[in-house]
Amino acid sequence: MNQLLVTLKNVDAGYAGMGVLKDISLNIYAKDFIGIIGPNGGGKTTLLRIILELIKPSSGIIERYIEKDDIGFLPQVSQFDDKFPITVSDVVLSGMTSGLKLKKRKTALTQQKVEETLDSIGITGLKNRPIGELSGGELQRTMLARAIISSPKILVLDEPNTYVDNKFEQELYRILKKLNETMAILLVTHDVGTISPYIKTIACVNGSLYYHTSNEISSDQLKVYNCPIEMVTHGTVPHRVIQEHNDN
Amino acid sequence: MIINMELLRLLEYDFFRNAFFAAFLMSVSCGIIGTYIVARRMVFISGGITHASFGGIGISYFFGWPPMAGAAVFALIAAITTENLTRKKIIRNDSLIAVMWSLGMAIGIIFIYLTPGYAPNLMSFLFGSIITVTNTDLVLMLSLTIVVSLFFILFYRIILFVSFDEQFARTRGIPVMLVNYLLIILVALTIVLSIRVAGIILVLSLLTIPQNTANLFTSNFGRILVWSVILGFIGAFIGLLTSFYLNIPSGATIVFSLVTIYILGRVVKLITGRRRILSK
Repeated sequence: MNQLLVTLKNVDAGYAGMGVLKDISLNIYAKDFIGIIGPNGGGKTTLLRIILELIKPSSGIIERYIEKDDIGFLPQVSQFDDKFPITVSDVVLSGMTSGLKLKKRKTALTQQKVEETLDSIGITGLKNRPIGELSGGELQRTMLARAIISSPKILVLDEPNTYVDNKFEQELYRILKKLNETMAILLVTHDVGTISPYIKTIACVNGSLYYHTSNEISSDQLKVYNCPIEMVTHGTVPHRVIQEHNDN
Repeated sequence: MIINMELLRLLEYDFFRNAFFAAFLMSVSCGIIGTYIVARRMVFISGGITHASFGGIGISYFFGWPPMAGAAVFALIAAITTENLTRKKIIRNDSLIAVMWSLGMAIGIIFIYLTPGYAPNLMSFLFGSIITVTNTDLVLMLSLTIVVSLFFILFYRIILFVSFDEQFARTRGIPVMLVNYLLIILVALTIVLSIRVAGIILVLSLLTIPQNTANLFTSNFGRILVWSVILGFIGAFIGLLTSFYLNIPSGATIVFSLVTIYILGRVVKLITGRRRILSK
């Protein structure tokens, strides 16, 4: 059995008295690759914020078996200013901070780590470019580099496949598959069809959470889970309707 | 040579020496704080803080307190209120700023009206008067410039990371709220001390024009910061000399020279850009 990293038990959460999530339970183990799907307003991002400790649940228990900065995060593009005057290498470097300090104190080592990470994502040449000049794919790569530079135990991605072309999307999934050998991945997506071959399990979030222990899901099942999302399937992606879930 | 001699002669006057130092100190503090304001799109908030401070000036006139102390109190209240209410999402940010902006001016005007007799130096608070900067002003400006510079040197990366992506900074355990409050306090104090130089109506120019000129040539936060200080000083210095020789108001002349530098920058960029295209 893989090591348990974070566990949520009967968690409720919301903003300003409005409940968004009700009675959520989820275990995250090392090497998990969970696709989080659900309709807009269903609480996908709220769930991520709870896991990231950005908001506190109104009730329930969260147990963490990792340090706070063991989680790498890639936010939605709308969550930051993509014209901010900052270079790619500074953005990536920000992923190495821990409190008021950089994880590695020596500047040379830090720079080396930044270059290694840029290299592994395939954007070495963009090091000194301001982010305002990047394409959608280049920007997402930069944000991914920032999320993984600290070698986190859990990588959390909030819709990394928006504003990017199909070619980059496929490459992103290849990179994630490789990263999944060393870290658990939680990926919020609106497009379950494309991602299906890469994820291991699916969490449907629509107020409540239904955990589906397979990477393939059918429209009928989504109805059972009360998870009204569009199913987008691409011709080349293997897609198969699996048998009905056995409810106890 | 003649200009040099002339400058040396001018620097023998106390008032000019003070004005010169004030221009220098203001360029450093406004160059740094302005870069933060512009990068984080806080120009409108800064406008609100600036105008709110007029309420403090009015109340100080009425009670016979030092006007800058009143301005500082009002600016700090405005700054902290904005930060606090915006974070709690109680009211929409831009509406709140508009309320503070006009309320501050309203309080100021009512109290100045109620003050018996003529309100001296009122124009200098609205439009600035670098020539009347006192030694006390200079000591205050020097202290603030040292604090601002040290804060940005010591916590440069933290400030940059929080400004760029607050939510991510929180996931890295950076005390984002503390950093935000410290910065908005420095913004308020920098604005108040710059009112002596450019006045309430013109102070925003010191915090935005050099930054936008620098931003024509670089999109690197650190470089914009350094170039804003340099360009701000050149603009303030040229403006100061021009106002002195033509005997026109210093604050307005400084703004004019800052804008002229910006336009020159645009022209240079246009020419170099065209040359780059031609050489291809």
